[in-house]
Amino acid sequence: MTERQQKILSLINKVTKKNETPALEESLFESGYLDSFALPDLVAELEDAFAIQIPDSDLNPRKFDSIERIESYLDQRG
Amino acid sequence: MPFLNSFGHWLPERVVTNAEMSAALGCEPDWIRSVSGIEERRFAGEDDTVASMGAKAARNCLNAAGVEPGEVDYLICSSGSAERRFPGPGFEISHALGCAEIPVLDLPLASAGALVALDLARDLVRRYKRILVVASEKMSAVAMMEPVERGISMLFGDGAGACLVSEEPGPLEVVDSLIAADGKFANDLALPFGAPLSMNGRSVILQASRKVPRSIEELLDRNDLKPADVASYVMHQANLNLIAKVASALGVESERFFANIARYGNTSSASLLIAASEWLPASSIRKHEHAVFTVFGAGFQWGSMLLRGA
Repeated sequence: MTERQQKILSLINKVTKKNETPALEESLFESGYLDSFALPDLVAELEDAFAIQIPDSDLNPRKFDSIERIESYLDQRG
Repeated sequence: MPFLNSFGHWLPERVVTNAEMSAALGCEPDWIRSVSGIEERRFAGEDDTVASMGAKAARNCLNAAGVEPGEVDYLICSSGSAERRFPGPGFEISHALGCAEIPVLDLPLASAGALVALDLARDLVRRYKRILVVASEKMSAVAMMEPVERGISMLFGDGAGACLVSEEPGPLEVVDSLIAADGKFANDLALPFGAPLSMNGRSVILQASRKVPRSIEELLDRNDLKPADVASYVMHQANLNLIAKVASALGVESERFFANIARYGNTSSASLLIAASEWLPASSIRKHEHAVFTVFGAGFQWGSMLLRGA
């Protein structure tokens, strides 16, 4: 796991109050790591940690469904 | 200056508990409560229609104001669960009440509809003296349609609410309001003809948890107020966890948010007026104290209204 992936994982564990390590491509929703009410907190943590503003129009839950997808979204944001 | 003169509501007698709902949906009663805050909801009978429930709520509202149906000058009705394309239930409500030949406007807006109607009424009172706003929903008819999805079906209940708006002094003065929408998310919460309600719950919660606090803060900011300056909040009763999340985002205690979702579930557009109808007599809001009504729903559409005790 890269340093950035570790950072994403730490944010996931922070908002879910869990200490687990889902696989990079594992669905955070389907596996029960993340629920609907933790997702807004994760988005806020990502904005803070990576110093970005995520516009509401980008907030498709599927973009935040795995560590891999979150990383892909961050790549798009440059 | 417009005032909200009175509220009224009507709920069916039949109580559907989480135990009954969970047996029908194949889930645990505690799961329903933990993910939504709902403990029971009301289901209308076969003979109850969106219009008949709306008329009962409207009568209660007019009785509370001491206003006769013939003294109403305009009727707006919000419903996302009306039984037919046209005419909407507002016309039957007007007839059932015995209103004169007044204009009727139906808004097929679902959850945010009651506040959109109040926002319109706020301006219409300059031209029409008394505006009766009704919101009525028979959500059981659509939420229990096969194939049922337990995460959706368990949320909804039936009921109706009403509010009389005029420039005659009443308990709440309308100070300001704002409504916004983003059609990009139109398919994330929709009720197609002849099909069950479809909802992307994650998208609804994600967008609502950001847009509702922003809407309130924008409204308060332009009136030189802070969230802590508001005595009471009445929000569309969609989910108790969402209400708590909005309160947290604003930095105010959840206790400032009136909630009756535990007893009635999500009654879509009717929920705001049913909640307001129960909140006002219980709130003892004092003169010059502020209250905020706020909604989020299909479209997506959202908005807030700032009120002051009069």
